[in-house]
Amino acid sequence: MFKVIESQMIVPNIHLLMLEAPAVARQMKPGQFVIVRADDGGERIPLSIADWDVEEGTVTVVVKNIGSTTDHLASLRAGVSIPTVVGPLGNPTEIKEYGTVLCLGGCYGIGSIFPIARALKEKKNKVITVIEARSSYLLYWEEKLKEVSDELICITRDGTKDHRGHVGRLTEIIKSSEPINRIIINGCTFLLKRGSDMSRPLGIKTVVSLNPIMIDGTGMCGVCRVTVGKTTKFACVHGPDFDGHEVNWAELLQRRKTYMREEVIPLRTSRCEEHAITSSPE
Amino acid sequence: MPEPQKKKLDLNRREMPKQPPEVRRHNFNEVALGYPVEIAVQEAKRCLQCKNPKCVAQCPVEIDIPGFIKSIAEKDFAAGTRILKDKNCLPAMCGRVCPQEEQCEEVCVLVKKGGQIAVGRLERFLADWEAEQGKLEMPKIPPSTGRKVAVVGGGPAGLTVAGDLIKLGHQVTIFEALHEVGGVLIYGIPEFRLPKVIVKREVEYLKKLGVEVVTDYVVGKTRSIDSLLEEFDAIFVGSGAGLPWFMDVPGENLNGVYSANEYLTRMNLMKGFLFPQFSTPIKNHKRVAVIGGGNVAMDCARTALRLGAESRIIYRRSRQELPARLEEIENAEEEGVIFDFLTLPIRYIGDENGWVKEIEYLKMKLGEPDSSGRRRPVPIEGSETIIPMDAVVCAIGNSPNPLIAAATPGLEVGKKGNIVADEETGKTSKKRVWAGGDVVTGAATVILAMGAGRKAARSIHEYLCSL
Repeated sequence: MFKVIESQMIVPNIHLLMLEAPAVARQMKPGQFVIVRADDGGERIPLSIADWDVEEGTVTVVVKNIGSTTDHLASLRAGVSIPTVVGPLGNPTEIKEYGTVLCLGGCYGIGSIFPIARALKEKKNKVITVIEARSSYLLYWEEKLKEVSDELICITRDGTKDHRGHVGRLTEIIKSSEPINRIIINGCTFLLKRGSDMSRPLGIKTVVSLNPIMIDGTGMCGVCRVTVGKTTKFACVHGPDFDGHEVNWAELLQRRKTYMREEVIPLRTSRCEEHAITSSPE
Repeated sequence: MPEPQKKKLDLNRREMPKQPPEVRRHNFNEVALGYPVEIAVQEAKRCLQCKNPKCVAQCPVEIDIPGFIKSIAEKDFAAGTRILKDKNCLPAMCGRVCPQEEQCEEVCVLVKKGGQIAVGRLERFLADWEAEQGKLEMPKIPPSTGRKVAVVGGGPAGLTVAGDLIKLGHQVTIFEALHEVGGVLIYGIPEFRLPKVIVKREVEYLKKLGVEVVTDYVVGKTRSIDSLLEEFDAIFVGSGAGLPWFMDVPGENLNGVYSANEYLTRMNLMKGFLFPQFSTPIKNHKRVAVIGGGNVAMDCARTALRLGAESRIIYRRSRQELPARLEEIENAEEEGVIFDFLTLPIRYIGDENGWVKEIEYLKMKLGEPDSSGRRRPVPIEGSETIIPMDAVVCAIGNSPNPLIAAATPGLEVGKKGNIVADEETGKTSKKRVWAGGDVVTGAATVILAMGAGRKAARSIHEYLCSL
């Protein structure tokens, strides 16, 4: 069992969970993920790692409450335990001395881009971090990100912070910060796709962290397969990072919708009793 | 009409009661119900107790088969169980899923006298009898040797190694990547063929013997083999054949196309048939095609049937060449699985939302025998046919899981990604590391993996004693 050390809604609908998993923390590198189960009958879902602490033996994930499992995770309070936290899975993000690197994060990816930016900074790169949300009140970890970035730029759809608009604003951000040697994107599939679309004409190598459906996360089930270039890859063992200009986005977006209906069915049935037990103070 | 003067002794092999096909195709309960006591005794009495039993030589784990059968005939089931468990820690599972017809039963001299002794059914009978008694008899375990062994992967090979070595007084820890121990017995083989409560019972038995179990631990990721070697005297790798093959035909990444591993894991490990009580979904497709003809393909087709689908096997050769066990083929046929023989899928066609809606296939005919000795299927020109289909399950095999090999310097890997290990001892190219089961051979059977585990355990024990 893995204890929840901290649980907090950091902005509306986005939750931070710090989990006790010392063996996982010891091996963790930026860009890797864990698979968690929220309860004994729970499904296995992959979550990107936003931070970890080897000495404390903890890993931190940022989760958007969007389906039944993430809803359950969001309801967990410090002190309870969950049955599965396994990892670190996937290959770490490649961190080298590139020159200037633009890190783009949206949604949970604002969290998971943090250790990547930190590692890039340690490798003496100039790090420009761009974070994106619908409005300024949905942005988080700005201070943390500033510490590991040379520049922090926000894009908000309503214009309440920095650039107004969507990830489409990336082109002008890139152009005003040239030369950029590499772009790394973490976040929802749409953000990964649009970001890659923006950088393709500019010819900048763009690395995306894919997030397809997974079960075991060790290459066994093949549900996470994606077409990259002309070959089928398993995101869990060959990725999760791939060249964003090579990914078949239409296929990935469509595969992610496989269980869209089922993902919310359990939310329609009341789990009040269970929640009452797990969230009540001693 | 002359009447029979005396009731003649029935010399025929005893049938095992099963759920009727029209009932069982609607439930996930076990198909075969096991021998009642009196039938088991009758069957056991048929055994000739050969002086040089060929069956024992054919058993990968060297069970004293005539020995335990004699005990059943004498109704001393406790003694029979002891004999059985002396060589096999997992009899309830082996009695159910081993291909006895290719091993012990194949060489039984009674084959022409009413049929071979039903070794598998009798093995199952004893294991179930013991469980019903409610108390397990524990073997005597020698004092601890102080030697520590790590077993990587809690499938049939790893469980056998753990069981053998713990009984010799060594300390054993199993590291399992998934959240439950059992490997293919848990995620692959369906409930109706091997109830999970039985797997759990046999794993519990190993725990009671003192085996430590660590789940949610991916060796090669959570911790390397080299790091484990600092703590353990020896390591056995039995990480299985967990990388599914696809056919590389157009449309294979459409929604509704699954690997057998995914389909079965959703069902068995994650209990998709109990969604939403268990939260991993599985779709109730109307028409499901399973590609392949092995035991895994039968498991998938029969699972789809139980989920309410019209279920068919698409196999490129004929019934004669099906690699699945005859018993499983017959079960599938009785339950109403449709078999499309001499058929090869060449394309999956999707709808506007990216879901598979049709299969295009070619009809085949059998040509000259190939390297496997089976007649090679040859496409019939112009035979392209399109049929509607809501889901496709690809059950054409698996490669060894590459995770550990990739993360372990000094471990020799074969062409197919398998770990190279000595057939007799399980020794790998890396010192203090043994391997066995599907990760060495590629996808095979439960009992072969157990056999490899037995040999490796013997070699590990020799090594530990030499320290």
